[in-house]
Amino acid sequence: MVYTARDAAHQRLTQALEKGERLPFDLKGQTLYYMGPSPARPGQAIGAAGPTTSRRLDTYTPHLIAAGIRAMIGKGSRPPEVREAIKKYKAVYFVTIGGAGALLSKSIKQAEVIAYEDLGAEAIRRLEVKDFPAIVANDIYGGDLFEQEKAKYQRGKK
Amino acid sequence: MRNIKASAITQAVARLCQEANFVLGEDVLAALKQALKTEESPLGREVLSRLVENAKIAQKEQLPLCQDCGTAVVFLEIGQEVHIIGDLYAAVEEGVRRGYAQGYLRKSIVNKPFSARINTKDNTPPVTHIEIVPGERLKITVMPKGAGAENTSKLAMLKPGDGRQGIIDLVVKTVDEGGGSSCPPLIIGIGIGGTAEKAMLLAKKALLRKVAEPNPDSEIAELEREILAKVNALGIGPLGFGGRTTALAVHAEVMPTHIASLPVAINLQCHSARHKEAVL
Repeated sequence: MVYTARDAAHQRLTQALEKGERLPFDLKGQTLYYMGPSPARPGQAIGAAGPTTSRRLDTYTPHLIAAGIRAMIGKGSRPPEVREAIKKYKAVYFVTIGGAGALLSKSIKQAEVIAYEDLGAEAIRRLEVKDFPAIVANDIYGGDLFEQEKAKYQRGKK
Repeated sequence: MRNIKASAITQAVARLCQEANFVLGEDVLAALKQALKTEESPLGREVLSRLVENAKIAQKEQLPLCQDCGTAVVFLEIGQEVHIIGDLYAAVEEGVRRGYAQGYLRKSIVNKPFSARINTKDNTPPVTHIEIVPGERLKITVMPKGAGAENTSKLAMLKPGDGRQGIIDLVVKTVDEGGGSSCPPLIIGIGIGGTAEKAMLLAKKALLRKVAEPNPDSEIAELEREILAKVNALGIGPLGFGGRTTALAVHAEVMPTHIASLPVAINLQCHSARHKEAVL
């Protein structure tokens, strides 16, 4: 089970945390999937559902990890501050296949809007996923998939 | 003199919005399959094969290739002999509205971009570029442009002395900064010359060229080849997971410019390179 949240939801969640307001769901131990789907056709659980660019959410992420989030799924690399929070709180950052919106929708069996419905595609949805393809990009050991792999295939470094 | 009704434009735009979102271009698909053969990184190959699979599913089930169905960028080439009956801009906008509704495409446009950012709920307004050309045809191209790669666009007003090397360095730096976030493998659109806004338009139009078709000018084609090689030497690979295929192609469009200027615009296109055209 994962919860979707993009820019607007991250902003609202962080503001709610700062103000000590009640959050729409209990963050502890949960996974955030940075995703805003296209509308589902009748009979479909969800429309196309690939990840959005994680780096836009970097400023909010350490706060949410500190508040209990333990895993995130997105695309693209994270900066040192986020990697530090991942190490400190023993969280993990997964990346999935950016742009494979149709393929990834097949891994989502159920989707339900549970908060911020007014945000449309950016609402918080609870998803039931099965056989969802994801690779660890950052973990408690401090490694970074992007740096590690780029170094292998880089040519003619100055 | 030919009359074309605005309603015909609306219908064509609505159809093209959907087609572009569901059916990946033959040339793009071929380039991805070719990259599968040459990519050395196992993870890179895994990504490429999933992207090919994604294209198959999208077409078969009329699901968007990517959930970011983009800003509807609409290019119109209008023949001088064409007389349009009705409001052209309204017709295009209505076409986008219908296409995005009928196709269950994501509505990703907000107004008040620096304050409330309220979704317009119908993916309008589109971004429309119109050119008048000789003849009596009306050619419509719809390019759904997602924000991932679009957000890594760049414009630099280089000094003439920065020259060819300055351009190469800028493109390589821009692709490097985008990393995996711009969803490589990329098609890199470059606009050189003109003025600031013209260079950016050239860069975007460059993305409409058939993938990896070189510029007919041999000097520009040589620049395209060199940039492609340098970009692929970065090692970023598909989705930044490492590999030799960071870009599928580099397309540069060039025009004359001011004696004091060297405008260079870069518009990156992610692997979900979507555009479809129709001629009325």
